[in-house]
Amino acid sequence: MATVTHSESHTHDHDHEEHHHELGFIRKYIFSEDHKVIAKQYLISGIAWAVIGGLLSVLFRLQLGFPEMDLSWLRFLLGDWINETGKLDPNFYLALVTMHGTIMVFFVLTAGLSGTFSNFLIPLQVGARDMASGFMNMLSYWIFFLSSVIMFVSMFIKTGPAGGGWVIYPPLSALKDANPGSQDGMTLWLVAMALFIVSSLLGGINYVTTVINLRTKGMSFDKMPLTIWAFTFTAILGILSFPVLLSAALLLIFDRSFGTSFYLSDIYINGQALPNQGGSPILFQHLFWFLGHPEVYIVILPALGLTSEIIATNSRKPIFGYKAMIFSMAGIMFLAFIVWAHHMFMTGMNPFLGSVFMLLTLIIAVPSAVKAFNYIATIWRGNIIFTPAMLFAIGLVSFFVSGGLTGIILGNSALDIQLHDTYFVVAHFHLVMGSAAFFGMIAGVYHWFPKMFGRMMNNTLGYIHFWATFAGVYLIFFPMHYIGIAGFPRRYYQWSKFETFNTYTDLNAFISIAAIVTFLAQFIFIYNFVYSIFKGKKATSNPWRSNTLEWTTPIHPGHGNWEGEIPTVYRWPYDYSKPGAAEDFIPQHIPFSQTPESNLPEETELIEKEQELAKIVFDPTIHD
Amino acid sequence: MTLLIVIFAIVFLVLTALVIGKTQSLLKKIDKTKSDTEEVSSTKADSANDANGIALFVFWILSIVGIVWSFLDARKHFLPEASSEHGRQTDYWFWVSMIVIMVGFFVVNTFLFYFPMKYRFNKNRKVTFYTHNNSLEVIWTLIPAAIMAGLVFSGLRVWNKVMDDAPQNAEVIEIMGKQFGWLVRYPGVDDNKLGNYNYKLMDDAGGNDMGIDFTDVHSFDDFGNASELHIPKGKPVLLKIRSRDVLHSVFIPHMRVKMDAVPGMPTKFWFVPEKTTADMRAELNNPDFNYEIACAEVCGRSHFAMKLLLVVDEPEEYEKWKKSQKPFLTVNPALLEKVPDNLKANALKYIQVEAAPVATTEVAADSTGVGNAGTILK
Repeated sequence: MATVTHSESHTHDHDHEEHHHELGFIRKYIFSEDHKVIAKQYLISGIAWAVIGGLLSVLFRLQLGFPEMDLSWLRFLLGDWINETGKLDPNFYLALVTMHGTIMVFFVLTAGLSGTFSNFLIPLQVGARDMASGFMNMLSYWIFFLSSVIMFVSMFIKTGPAGGGWVIYPPLSALKDANPGSQDGMTLWLVAMALFIVSSLLGGINYVTTVINLRTKGMSFDKMPLTIWAFTFTAILGILSFPVLLSAALLLIFDRSFGTSFYLSDIYINGQALPNQGGSPILFQHLFWFLGHPEVYIVILPALGLTSEIIATNSRKPIFGYKAMIFSMAGIMFLAFIVWAHHMFMTGMNPFLGSVFMLLTLIIAVPSAVKAFNYIATIWRGNIIFTPAMLFAIGLVSFFVSGGLTGIILGNSALDIQLHDTYFVVAHFHLVMGSAAFFGMIAGVYHWFPKMFGRMMNNTLGYIHFWATFAGVYLIFFPMHYIGIAGFPRRYYQWSKFETFNTYTDLNAFISIAAIVTFLAQFIFIYNFVYSIFKGKKATSNPWRSNTLEWTTPIHPGHGNWEGEIPTVYRWPYDYSKPGAAEDFIPQHIPFSQTPESNLPEETELIEKEQELAKIVFDPTIHD
Repeated sequence: MTLLIVIFAIVFLVLTALVIGKTQSLLKKIDKTKSDTEEVSSTKADSANDANGIALFVFWILSIVGIVWSFLDARKHFLPEASSEHGRQTDYWFWVSMIVIMVGFFVVNTFLFYFPMKYRFNKNRKVTFYTHNNSLEVIWTLIPAAIMAGLVFSGLRVWNKVMDDAPQNAEVIEIMGKQFGWLVRYPGVDDNKLGNYNYKLMDDAGGNDMGIDFTDVHSFDDFGNASELHIPKGKPVLLKIRSRDVLHSVFIPHMRVKMDAVPGMPTKFWFVPEKTTADMRAELNNPDFNYEIACAEVCGRSHFAMKLLLVVDEPEEYEKWKKSQKPFLTVNPALLEKVPDNLKANALKYIQVEAAPVATTEVAADSTGVGNAGTILK
């Protein structure tokens, strides 16, 4: 139900009213249609998957950092994937890196990031009772849950989970003979991803519809918080690009099981020439990366949106360049669709395409740079509070800049010849996407925890978590660039077969240790998170003294978010430290007529319009 | 040694946590605590705010030291100067681009970490309410755009040259990827043309793992190698690349060469080697140096072990080496059956008449380019 209608504006009456009845436990907490519950479901799922994805990376970093180590002690977890001499099975190594990538990109940074914060914040920040369709929203989560179960089960298949990189290029992924990781594990991977895509589409359609249709009185587009702009662009990216991945996966399923030749031609394997002809592996790559590139923006845009909010609030200063921020996100969104083949420079495709995509790719660096500059300008001459959320937001900007700059190198096709498929690429995307988006997600949790759970997280643990993780991430990924420059290829079980790559053994060991320590540091956060839900200091309804609408709800917003009428919005969300104002923040729902001491001339003129706005009455007989 | 590092790291982490925790609780005792549910009446920062703000800047300074030190330490393991003509160019533009982005890296991160320290919360500070500056936006849009444009144009120039068609006099060699190794085929010293191939003719058991079509006369003098690729110094070399099962990628790190091997779609890459193996051994003072070819597209279990040795010979040595290689027909006379009757006469010249008790016709692993001499009936 998206609506609660009340004839009185005060007490929440639990007795039977026309449209409201007390929901049972299952409808309230499990198959809930309340966006806030669904958001928490996504959050818990995202955290669980992050632990699994991180654990997988610890395992393969053990192999890469300490190739001689006897791993027999891991048999309790991995069984026969550790052979009799204590060595990790090379096929399982490929499965580990594949599942790590899949889990982190899709299940943590898409579902866990977008799913959590789009769901939680869109209705609250645009001033709606709930999403446009609570039912679709509920379906979105539970289809994601089903997808998660299937993906999780695929890790325990006898022939192994999907192997072949998270990009699962055919023919490797199409030919069951080519790799054990292309057998049942791959089938389950494809099924899980198909469901995941359905879930994402259900969510995305809901988000866009809610933002367009359910904004409260006065919430014009130019008064929306940047988080909402970011989530909207993200949803559009997803709606337009996820179906293409679905098509790529579908054609792959056909090639695998129904004898088609979309991606297959001229193959001789296991002593047999296969009958398939006419297909092209390049087709899959185009279809995959048509989603794959927008996907990385689907991952980072929400994080950037959250960062805008957190930095403005904690600098007590308007976000610098609100319109420029919107235009740069819009620019990123458009360009995201036309740069995909920079992942394909060395595939043998027509070099002319290489030229075109290089040009477009280097263009997309520009709006991204503009955003970073605007964050820094927001901090300039502010009065900075370093909540854990603020620290992580600043860390995000650092990772985004550092990782984004190496993207400029990789986007240059001539330079990509040497760097493609090396650890330079791995270092690049782990900084600009993995760590930056991860920091955005964590910052979002710290910042909106009081509204989600009515309690505060512990700040001290937050500081420790930040410093350990921030230092740790740079210690892991900065040196990785050197390994890439030296030409070390990706997805290599070990490098000792080549004299060329028989160096940097200490550096690889160092990276592995840094990774393990950083992974362990995340448990500080998890402990803090769980403990604070139950025993955290009770929060107030607006602990950060922030302007956006979610902070006007009660400490525990109920079904329908606001008791009584939804607030009307009069101003943009960034009136922090406005000259002349009594406080250093003026929330969006405060009319200009109430702040004559700080109004700018053009705002004084708007006071008349406010009365017209007030005349629009909620009609309780119309379904919200 | 590494165990020691691990222990130190964990001890360090625990100590840091304890110190921060102790400092916090000490400072809390000095602060008056507010009651739980009272709304904060004015914006406040906690006792750790100054420390966090300053620490951000200190972290950055330490990082700069770390970055400079680590680069100076790590660069000894970078690849030696490129051994190909285009490779020296891409390397040059790589380092130019790296300098450009490192300038950006240092400037932007310095502002990013300096401002938090400078503007850390001070209850007496008056915040500057500054919402936007469109001229500034234009400036910091145009400057990056101009830099990008410069990088694009220089990159396009190099890219177009590298991806252009190979010169007419290029030495053409075929390299085919498979799970898990590389097979190499030369056009043969007689006609200098590669014969046709068809994947349906592949027959591992029958000795035709590359699917060479022996109904094509040009195949007769073709010879192959499963362990070494020889190329001449100073001449353009055109690699014709294919794969017979899954995606692979020909990666020659020292030559700065990379191109995917795609089943069903032949690809190519040409380059000019400028240093022989012997040259490199002298230059690096390493008598065991060898150029190596690796696979750079995940292809299954032994993706990490697809090594082919690359030998760069002086042009004269290379020609001598080629002449000493045995064509497929010589190595495996059973393939004669695949030759159509009307062409068998041509093919017969490659079949050895005497059964020479040659233990192996594999090319010796020496790099001077002189293979063993076999008798080939001409």
